[in-house]
Parts: sequence; C-alpha cells; structure tokens
Amino acid sequence: MEDVKPQLLKVTIDGIEVEVEPGTTILQAARKIGPDVAPPAMCYYQPLKGSGGKCRACLVRVAAGSAKDPRPMPKLVASCLTAVQDGMVVENTTNPQVIDARNGIVEFLLLNHPLDCPVCDQAGECDLQNFAFDHGKVTTRYEEDRRTFEKHDIGPFIQLHMTRCILCYRCVYTADQITEKRVHGVLGRGDASEIGTYIEKAIDNDFSGNVIDVCPVGALTDKTYRFKNRVWFSKPVDAHRDCPTCSGKVTLWYRGEEVIRVTARKNEWNEVTEFICNTCRFETKKTSDWTIEGPTKISRSSVISANKYRADAIKPGFGQRLAAAEYKPIHDERDTSQLTIQQLPPERFAKLPSAMEPEP
Amino acid sequence: MATKILTEHINVPGIETFDVYRKQGGYTAVEKALKTMTPEAIVEEVKKAGVRGRGGAGFPMGMKWSFLAKPEGVPRYLVCNADESEPGTFKDHYLMKNLPHLLIEGMIVSSFALGANKSFIYVRGELMYVIRILEKAIAEAKAKGFLGKNILGTGYDLELVVQPGGGAYICGEETALLESLEGKRGNPRNKPPFPAVKGLYQCPTVVNNVESIATASWIVNNGGDAYAAIGIGRSTGTKLISASGHINKPGVYEIELGVPVEDFIYADEWCGGIRPGHKFKALVAGGSSVPILPANLALTLANGDKRLMTYESLSDGGFATGTMLGSGGFIVFDETSCIVRNTWNFSRFYHHESCGQCSPCREGTGWMEKVLHRIEYGHGHQQDIDLLVDVAKKIEGNTICPLGDAAAWPVASAIRHFRDEFQWHIDNPSEATQPGAVYRGDMALV
Repeated sequence: MEDVKPQLLKVTIDGIEVEVEPGTTILQAARKIGPDVAPPAMCYYQPLKGSGGKCRACLVRVAAGSAKDPRPMPKLVASCLTAVQDGMVVENTTNPQVIDARNGIVEFLLLNHPLDCPVCDQAGECDLQNFAFDHGKVTTRYEEDRRTFEKHDIGPFIQLHMTRCILCYRCVYTADQITEKRVHGVLGRGDASEIGTYIEKAIDNDFSGNVIDVCPVGALTDKTYRFKNRVWFSKPVDAHRDCPTCSGKVTLWYRGEEVIRVTARKNEWNEVTEFICNTCRFETKKTSDWTIEGPTKISRSSVISANKYRADAIKPGFGQRLAAAEYKPIHDERDTSQLTIQQLPPERFAKLPSAMEPEP
Repeated sequence: MATKILTEHINVPGIETFDVYRKQGGYTAVEKALKTMTPEAIVEEVKKAGVRGRGGAGFPMGMKWSFLAKPEGVPRYLVCNADESEPGTFKDHYLMKNLPHLLIEGMIVSSFALGANKSFIYVRGELMYVIRILEKAIAEAKAKGFLGKNILGTGYDLELVVQPGGGAYICGEETALLESLEGKRGNPRNKPPFPAVKGLYQCPTVVNNVESIATASWIVNNGGDAYAAIGIGRSTGTKLISASGHINKPGVYEIELGVPVEDFIYADEWCGGIRPGHKFKALVAGGSSVPILPANLALTLANGDKRLMTYESLSDGGFATGTMLGSGGFIVFDETSCIVRNTWNFSRFYHHESCGQCSPCREGTGWMEKVLHRIEYGHGHQQDIDLLVDVAKKIEGNTICPLGDAAAWPVASAIRHFRDEFQWHIDNPSEATQPGAVYRGDMALV
C-alpha cells in the first residue's frame, strides 16, 4: 500500500514561514523555527498529557486564522493549546499587545514568588528567572505582604517549599501520569491554593523524584543536593546505567570529581526526555555506578555554560534585544551642567545581533 | 398587562405540585413534543424563537443546540446550569423554588430535542431546600409517566438527576460545572473543544441556564414565531430580572425585552422608583460582573435616546458608555452608596471565588482587592487608580474562563465613571474613612 503523507500546513510566525503536520500547536510550530520565536512556557510540558493553558505566558496573537478564514482571533490565544490551521499568521514577539500581556504575566507570577534567587537551588536553571529576564520589569508595583508558607515534609528526598510555587500544575500531572499512587494535588482556591499532599503524607514511590525535574521554579527541590552547589559551578555529563526500573539515561552533575546531583536528561526546552527512577536519581552517586557518554550539550546562552567558555560567546537573547529597543536614558533632574557626562554611543545598541542571525 | 411566559401562573396556590401545575396547562408541551414533533423540528422552533441564553452570555440557544455533535453510539447530555451565584442575581432560585415543574417540563422537551436520555440539573449546593423541591417534583412527574422509561408510551426514555454543586461560583462556568459534575475539582477547561463536541464524560453536551430551558416548553406550545414576536430586534421574548438595591420594590420581575430602563426603575408595576427622599446614582444592570453605569448613562444612550432593557441597547456604546444585560441581576444604587466600597466588595467576591488555575486571575484578583481595600481604608496612593486600571487590563481577556473578565470589568468601569470618588478617597483619607462617609461631589444624580 502506498504510504500517504499527511498534507503539511503552512503557518507564519513572526514573519517566518514553517510547514508542520496537522494537529501541531502554535507553540510546537514556533519551536520548530527556533528559540527566537518560541513563546515562553511555564506550565506547558510536552511529555505531560493535558498540561498547558494555565500560566498564560505563551499567549500569542493570531493575526489571521487560516487561509480560508483570514479573520484575526479576537483575543490572545494560548499557543500551547491552539492547533495551527493552514495559512495561519501568528504574531509573537513582533506584537506589542503580546509583549504587554507577557509583562503582565511576569508581574503576576512574581507577586507571590520571592526573588530569593541568591539562596534558591533552582537559580540558573529556573524557567521563571529566564522568563522574567526576557519580559519583566526591574521594579514591582506590589506593596502588599507576600504569601509565605511553612515548609511541608513530603518525604526523605523531596523538599516542597510552597512559598516559591507558581502553581503550574506540572508536578500534579507528573504524579498523576507516571506514578501509580497519587497523593498530592492542589488544595484551596484562588491565590490561597497550594500544592499539598493528602494529610501531610509523604510522596513515596519509585518515580516521585521526577516532580523535581518538572518544577519550573524552586518549589520542589532535591534534598540530597540542596545547598551543595550552584548550577554554573557544576559540570553536566551524560551517563547511563543498566537500571531494571527505568531507562537509566541520566545527566550527572559533577563538582570536581564528585557527582553531586543526578537528573533526567532534558531537551533544549528544558523538558525531560525520559523520566528516571528514584534509585538512579538519589542513590547511585558514584562515578563507578555509571557509564559516561560525554559532556551534556548546553546552550551557549545558558548560565550553565558560564565560567566554561569565553564570555563573548554568549549570544544575547530576546530579553537583551528588547531592553536595547526600549532603552531610555534615566531622567535625572539634578543640575549636570558642571559635569562632563559621557553619552553612550548609539552604535553600541545597533551592534546587537538581529533576531535571525545564525549561531556562530 | 405585559406578556408573561414563565411566571404566568406563579401565584396559583399549590403550583409547585404536579396536579395544580397540570391543571394550569402544564406538561402539554411534553405531550405535543413527544407525540407530534421530531427533535429537529423542536430545534428549528427554538432557532426561530431567537431566544438568547439567559445565564449571562446571551448566546443564541437554538444555535448552541444545532452545534451539538451527533456521533454514532455516543450518549448526549443536557445539563441545566442552576448554579446561579452572581451577586445580585437570584431569578433561577425563584423560578425553581416556585415552579419546579416548569423547569422539569422544559428539561424533558429540551432533552428530547437534543436526543439526551440522561439529563442533569446542577443546583448550587447552598440551595438544599430547592433541591428537595426539585426532587419531589421529579418523583411526581415520574409517577405520572412523564419521566423514566417509555414516556407517555412514545418509546422515549429520560432520567433526570439533580446534582448539588460544591458551592463555588466558578462551578457556574459551563466547563467547570462539567468537571464538578464528573466529581473533579471545579476548574474550567481550556476551550476548544467546546462542550457541544466534548462535554460531560467527553460526550457531546449542551449546558443551558434554568431560565433558558424553562422557555422551551412555551416555545413548543406556541411556536418560535410567537416567541420572536415578543421583544425587540434580536432580543426576543421575556426575561426575568432580579431587582435589588435602593428601590421601593425589590424582587423578581418578568419583563418583555424592550422596556425602557427608566420605566423599569420608576414604574409601579416593577421597581417602583428609588426609595423616598433619595436620588439614583448608579446601576449594575446584569449581575455584579457587568460594568457599572452612572445614572445618566443608565437611562439614556450616548445619542440621547432612552436606554432599553435589551441585549443591544444595554451594550450600546461598548464599555465606554454601555454595559451588558448579563444574567439580569439589576442592582440600583442611590447617592448613599460608596462606589469605592462597593467595588471593593465585588472585588472581594471575585478574589475569593477565583479557582486559582491561571496566573492572571489567581494573582490579579487578589491584587485588585488589596489595592481597593487600601483605598477604601484611607491608605491609597495617587498611582493606585492607574494601577488598578492597568491590572484590570492585564487580566481581561488573558484568562482561561470569563471569571477574569468578570473580576476586571467592575473595577475598570467604576474607575472609568467614578474616578472622582476614588480620587476623593485618596485625597481625603480622614474624611473618607468615617463611618457612612460618601463622596458628595460633582456626581450626576437623577
């Protein structure tokens, strides 16, 4: 029988055309083009079924619904859930309304999320940190008390600190989908809702550690690794072992000669490719337990690559370009007539690489 | 005397019992529909009637019915949304309490039209006594052969289930209602897919308001054209309005759509005017979530014409000068009402009722409430007013379900029309925080 290929759909995102299979979401299509046009995602997690649509970080404007019906969609839509249509035109970073909405989302997410990055274990690999860097403002307009929580004890390996939680529901989906006995979920309503376990139960099963990997912020952290190191001082290495429970394919995080942390392998979107078991994650931390494959490929713009490569190799991301575009001199009312102030030359900003410049 | 469709027999003693209701011409629609009409013909009549959803959104009911997917071998469901809990709206409660059989008759006719063999009435959990009234009425109808297997010997089966809700405002949102009905946490679903394609238990489902369903039997009896003859333009038929606030006669009134707002407030037949010695200051026309209007804009359109009680006339001018008919929760404020306090109170409600699923609503509703609280209690700053407008703008349209909009509109509109009053609170904190203190400045009172 002849193999019939599905007809590809053409979609234009920020002026770049891409062909995708039917059923692809806008987010997936944008990811196919590259990180420059991929909308940020705080709650969407491709390996988890049903995730997405909650954080609203990936809102985009659909300027034309399809070739057949080119009317724009009235509201911004969640790109992680909206399937593409043939001839769809999407505006992501090119639309000021989208940028404005995302600024709002960052502000909302940071209302109750403490900026304790200097002491948080997630610093350096935190999705919210990246999102806030790209779209946030340097100040907050929130004056009220932020919500705080006592730490819950949910078992020997995982530390839940609700204060940092942004309620993305990823850990709930993970526990629901890859483990048998689900004991944790969301309790309460509105901004009083929290991730909790059923009457202070411990999360206790072979795959529970994966909730740490999926957490976009530092709410769920690894008790065996907490406060041992900063991520940019460690060196990630791909390794595998013969594991009866899971695939055994992991990333080992080295400090000197010592394995200080084991995590699942993640793709360029910070999503776990294969979930791993607790034995691999928490209990096998000797180099002799593993077969080393080689250094993990890390994006040059990631903080993990800092201290390891030349500083000028870091490619400025969208956030820096946006900041340069929005640059305004600080309004200063003091009398500066007596001072000689060196104005920054405008070429300094023009030199920033454009959106589509290929990586060297 | 205005035409009454739903509440014609409401004052007949014992109308909540099957026998009295039947004597008043009840259940004739079931006989007519099941014995002489096809489901398609009923849907056609409802389409002709042009009845718009009475839960607040105003989406044409016939069109909603015709969107229902009809795959083979998959059950279809009709769910009656009786989770009415918008502040200021209490008409469904009134209807179910007094005329349970009217709803049940409508449910039978509508279920038949949609091909549903099991239908649900999702009632707000607080209304336990209404649930008992409905259950008693269902038992009566079942005993008389109008429910259950082989209704009136026509071969059509229908089981009607009354489900008490969890007591959350968000469970009135149709997809959250379906989640709740499935026994889950009442979080709204992302749309699409819409319930007409994948609703209850992933099967095609229609969710309609109590009042919408209750009109179905009249439409079957009298025809869609007769219904469309009542009302004005695209706002056909009658509407229950639950009037409350500073009026002489609060209560539930059935009006023909098209009555001028001014007449509705001042005529003796309805609200009977503003309470003696006071003046009309502001109006919330369709439940607390719709934008508030100052008196002059509530009574007249921007072009000087009288504002009518219709979907179109109330929303005339967009949100700059208009509002919405919504669910018909008509709240009138006189000059003794403090708009800031009132807005804070509404905001407090939406903050409490946000499900917490999506970030703009979860964080934004709480933020607005706290800022309003601060202004009301004399701790506001000058930049707070613009902050509120901006936060409302960032929530509006960016959430999963319309609760975000419902929380943002009252705040944004109150500032749009009563900015002076907010300013007064910020400028005169010592005066504004006195008990009963109300801004008496340059306000358009009628």
